Amino acid sequence: MVTRRNDEYRDATLVGELAARIRRLSRRPLRIMEVCGTHTVSIFRHGIRSLLPETITLLSGPGCPVCVTDTAEIDACIALARRPEILVATFGDLLRVPGSRSSLERERASGADVRVVYSALDAVELARRHPGREVVFLGIGFETTAPTVAAAVLAAHRSGIENFSVLCLHKTVPPALEALTALGDLRIDAFLLPGHVSVVIGRRAYLPFFERTRLPCAIAGFEPVDILQAVAAIVGQAENGKPALENAYRRAVAEEGNPAAQRVLAQVFAPADARWRGLGVIPASGLAVRAAWAAFDAARRFSLTATPVPEPRGCSCGEILTARKTPPECPLYGSRCTPGDPVGPCMVSSEGTCAAYFRYHDASAGG
Amino acid sequence: MDPVSRILLDHGSGGRIAHRLLRDRVLPVFDHPALAELNDGAILEMEGVRFAFSTDSYTVDPLFFPGGNIGELAVNGTVNDLAMCGARPLFLSAAFILEEGFPLADFQRILDSMAQAAKAAGVAIVTGDTKVVPRGAADRLFINTSGVGLIPPGIRVASRRAQAGDRVLLSGSLADHGVSVLAGREGLAFETSVQSDTAPLHRMVAAMLEAGGEAVHALRDPTRGGLGTALKEIAESSAVSVVIHEEKIPLKPEVAGLCELLGFDPLYLANEGKLVAFVHPEAAEAVLRAVRSDPAGKDAAWIGEVLPGPPGRVVMQTRIGGQRIVDMLAGEQFPRIC
Ligand code: SF4
Repeated sequence: MVTRRNDEYRDATLVGELAARIRRLSRRPLRIMEVCGTHTVSIFRHGIRSLLPETITLLSGPGCPVCVTDTAEIDACIALARRPEILVATFGDLLRVPGSRSSLERERASGADVRVVYSALDAVELARRHPGREVVFLGIGFETTAPTVAAAVLAAHRSGIENFSVLCLHKTVPPALEALTALGDLRIDAFLLPGHVSVVIGRRAYLPFFERTRLPCAIAGFEPVDILQAVAAIVGQAENGKPALENAYRRAVAEEGNPAAQRVLAQVFAPADARWRGLGVIPASGLAVRAAWAAFDAARRFSLTATPVPEPRGCSCGEILTARKTPPECPLYGSRCTPGDPVGPCMVSSEGTCAAYFRYHDASAGG
Repeated sequence: MDPVSRILLDHGSGGRIAHRLLRDRVLPVFDHPALAELNDGAILEMEGVRFAFSTDSYTVDPLFFPGGNIGELAVNGTVNDLAMCGARPLFLSAAFILEEGFPLADFQRILDSMAQAAKAAGVAIVTGDTKVVPRGAADRLFINTSGVGLIPPGIRVASRRAQAGDRVLLSGSLADHGVSVLAGREGLAFETSVQSDTAPLHRMVAAMLEAGGEAVHALRDPTRGGLGTALKEIAESSAVSVVIHEEKIPLKPEVAGLCELLGFDPLYLANEGKLVAFVHPEAAEAVLRAVRSDPAGKDAAWIGEVLPGPPGRVVMQTRIGGQRIVDMLAGEQFPRIC
């Protein structure tokens, strides 16, 4: 569109040169997983797949926070929303995610007090304005969102707000990468590592993962030029047989990440085992509220216990998040399952793989 | 999950799920050929006179947003729906549902701006209604407006008339209204200079029809659901294939910036003073001149064309040279989490 913003990273000539370089370099088939949902959307919106040679396959990974949220966790959110004393504050993306029988959107239509907020601090503000209600914020997201939620807990504490708590469903990226590559039949040759998450955790955080797997990796920004630069880097590594952990997003990502954000996060949250949709329980891959902040922990406060429930029948989200299937290979895709009437979470979130496929599937790839 | 048994907010988002509600529940019950056309209003004929009849209800949060308020929106919206049928809007009705406790001063401000908007558009508000409901039974103020307008002889604008070879015109910058409302919303207090684009478009349409006549095939104002949904609707109604070019779509840098920040796609945000037109190439230049001569159309641009291809398909050539499919809005957009 006619805009001057970020022009240099959307320059058609530069993009053309990068795409040509990738086509020149690439000889053998390469399956690259983009871990982050924001990458998935950017790739679709700009039609980046249509520029890549056939040798390169881009696969979407478990990097959409909504998609990896387990059905049992959604059920827990719904159970909270059903309690009359509770006001649930949530990011809008979670509204439509199906639990085993209902969704937050439907609970709201049935009278539950579910409000969409744009940040955890807005939820603290709701708690201040509604002193007679229990405000529970649904804490979802990776290392990008978790520090802002931790900061909200600290803010609530400082202002003496006692009717605010967080249902902590946060997850962290490096353990998920470890779990993905530990799966039996790995069908991923390389990783395009997330931009925003890396801004917080730094390149350093992936070193143990990289040392163990020695798979080509590049941290990428979100503009077309960023993504293609990272893809070119990965193709170069793969073709030369010299895998590396490259930082292709240096203008934002430092080696050490953002220490201030890391400190706030660690002050409020501690690593905990977490259940990922499609991946099962991954040790130390989630965050839990530290005992010192128990008063702000909705799970403790309302004695929630998550009982594991099976994933929706026929939904292949698990296989899609682990690159074993693409959305059109799911029997429900586009028929029983559409963004307006989703079966699995991948069809709900704006960053979900199935939703992105449905909205933007490249014309050149045969629609 | 259990089947949907209640109305969800998404049923009102103007996208795919709203369409399904219409198609499955509303159309079969009211069953009338004018309704089934799914134009912005009904196009009717009586005793040799063709006219358009349209209605729309307005709910917006906040009621006052940068560049306008719900009252102006309610007048311009119905004026525009009539204009998209090729009609000259004449008379409007206005009905209000007010929540107990709504400040009288705000009501007055809204009425005044409706009167002003009607005057500017040259239409008269000739009938109306007011209802007050107990606190909590409505959110402050809802407005419904209906309108009738005459369709001049020789004008055949309809969403099913787009045809291969047509050029696609957008009358100005995209998504200004959507962004101005977002920016004014509680919890998203962004500093922005973007103003709603709310404006009546019937004079622009009259000038276009004057310049292009029958060559103006289809018109639509991309309100809820945005440009993407509007194009897809016309492509489906007319069974044609549409290609648009990202770099030709006018988009203000502030709008682009805010959309990027929130992860919103401007193709699916509302516009309240823009139209998209499908025009036969032979009249293209004259029609463009007519649009540009209107103050609301000075940034008009050709953004695409109808090409041979699968019926109902809309493709966007992206600015960087890629391609992507454009579908209807699939549910209200939310800011990204990541
Ligand atoms: S198409 Fe629907 S059912 Fe199939 S994997 Fe995607 S979300 Fe699950």
